[in-house]
Amino acid sequence: MTGCAMKTEKNAKRPNLAVEIAGIKLKNPVMPASGTFGYGEEYAPYIDLEQLGAIVTKGLSLNPKAGNPTPRIAETVSGMLNAIGLQNVGVDDFIKYKLPFLREVNTPVIVNFFGNTLEDYGEAAKRLADIPEVAGLELNISCPNVKQGGIVFGTDPKAASEVVNLVRKNSKKPLIVKLTPNVTDITVVARAVEEAGADAICCINTLTGMAVDVKTRKPRLANTTGGLSGPAVRPVAVRMVHQVVQAVKVPVIGVGGIVCAMDALEFLIVGATAVQVGTANFVDPRAMLNVVEGIEAFCIEEGISDIRELIGSIKL
Amino acid sequence: MKESRRMNNFKTIILSNQEISSGYYRMRILAPEFGQGARPGQFIMFRVQTSLLPLLRRPFGIFQTGFLPADCDGQPPKEYLEILYKVVGGGTTIMSGLHEGDRVEVLGPLGRGFDMGTPGTEKILVGGGIGLVPLYMLARELVKTSKVRLLMGGRRRDDIIAVTEFERLGVETYVSTEDGSLGEEGLITQVLERKLQKYPQADVYACGPMPMLEAVQQICATHKVPLQVSLEALMACGVGACLGCVVKGVGHTEQSPRYLCTCKEGPVFRAEQLDWQKMAQEDGYCEGCKS
Repeated sequence: MTGCAMKTEKNAKRPNLAVEIAGIKLKNPVMPASGTFGYGEEYAPYIDLEQLGAIVTKGLSLNPKAGNPTPRIAETVSGMLNAIGLQNVGVDDFIKYKLPFLREVNTPVIVNFFGNTLEDYGEAAKRLADIPEVAGLELNISCPNVKQGGIVFGTDPKAASEVVNLVRKNSKKPLIVKLTPNVTDITVVARAVEEAGADAICCINTLTGMAVDVKTRKPRLANTTGGLSGPAVRPVAVRMVHQVVQAVKVPVIGVGGIVCAMDALEFLIVGATAVQVGTANFVDPRAMLNVVEGIEAFCIEEGISDIRELIGSIKL
Repeated sequence: MKESRRMNNFKTIILSNQEISSGYYRMRILAPEFGQGARPGQFIMFRVQTSLLPLLRRPFGIFQTGFLPADCDGQPPKEYLEILYKVVGGGTTIMSGLHEGDRVEVLGPLGRGFDMGTPGTEKILVGGGIGLVPLYMLARELVKTSKVRLLMGGRRRDDIIAVTEFERLGVETYVSTEDGSLGEEGLITQVLERKLQKYPQADVYACGPMPMLEAVQQICATHKVPLQVSLEALMACGVGACLGCVVKGVGHTEQSPRYLCTCKEGPVFRAEQLDWQKMAQEDGYCEGCKS
């Protein structure tokens, strides 16, 4: 990975990497993408969680969810398909069993959540509303792998607006809405959720894809289709983040195929205030820390004293 | 949260990579201070190259750990780990072309290994093809206290690997192939049935393709002997985060899911932890990981 392995010079002045998203103060703009980092604890033996800008949990639903049958993952060229099906412990068990660990970590916790119905979304938001350790909510209206919920809300601007409205009413927490790329025009949904009260937008979730085992002639995923992630989707993600940044005033979190600092910088330059790293966590548990270190090194090299000088600096 | 606790992901180099049977390779990887923490049955997530091709790591059972004889240069002996793999897809094809000195990355040891069982009790290990891999370190431990037998099965003679190394440990070995090209003709489970009639008190340990494991499970249940199985699964992370490698545990329902992560709660399970009927309905198990 040439260009990714820049090292910080010892005596150089360290640039300011802190950013703010919807009132959540991040020490740097790098956080995991929901579903690739468990509940944080899974990766604690491998990296220092306190060096991350934030921790984003696996998507939670009101009640525990079993998820899809296996096979749930398939590797493709420069990417992977997944159809996990949002397996999770549910909001209540998360609060009881997973949050105590995160409480001890000095990094903001953003809870990703979803619902099967509008009411489920509302109720989940309510239960998370008064939990002090939850710095913010990430509303998932974009999972391509479950029949109800998720993407049903994310592909229709009216439904998206409705669910954001309800969650907004039920919780004062900073609200990030995660959008799907599986629409004709992402800016339409982006504007709709902004108008409905989203404090920030996160994009993109995975692109719906499919792979076939030619010998068995069966889909390689039990769910037939799945969400494509990894470096293969990055140019699509950068384009969509660019479009959304132009369309809305709220901050945007860029996500899609980031492996190294150079990848993250593309998103920041087109206007993302922060970035999420997903599939790369599986490839290298240190991926996010490499991204942070690489951004810092880049700033020093380019004489940039504050990361915010970079954000939205695209020359068109 | 000190860096020393995070030693289990390391960049390293290949010491050797040889074809040991048609399509089967043995790779020796430099692995300082790896062996003392590695238990029989554990695995590594192996990054085939430092580039992004292939993107994901591959899970491999640890065949063995050891030390190279000390050089005359006064340096301490080098510690290594070994994996055996079968070329089945893109990732393993790339691996088969790697050489001494090539740079790779290892995350591990990972997962829950074998329980050693009761010292002194007869031990029967059942390996199917590349499923033999995690049984070697197990045998190395078990021979210290118990009589150990290895039943090794494959489609044809090329699938029978590393058996002589078990013999060198003092393990009694039995081989069967489906085409009869080596050992007894037929399935290894027939041999297991016979052995259990003769040694009804044995502890059984098995690793291999899912149909073999299902048959072994049924035989062990009939004979009421304890069985531990090591499962293979497609994995992305290896640490319990991606939930790609789950299997259904006993009592699993849609309403109260009891999924177990092969990577974290396994790869070794006691047979009674798993819902064998529901597992048979899903075909999410890679036959030698189609990667």
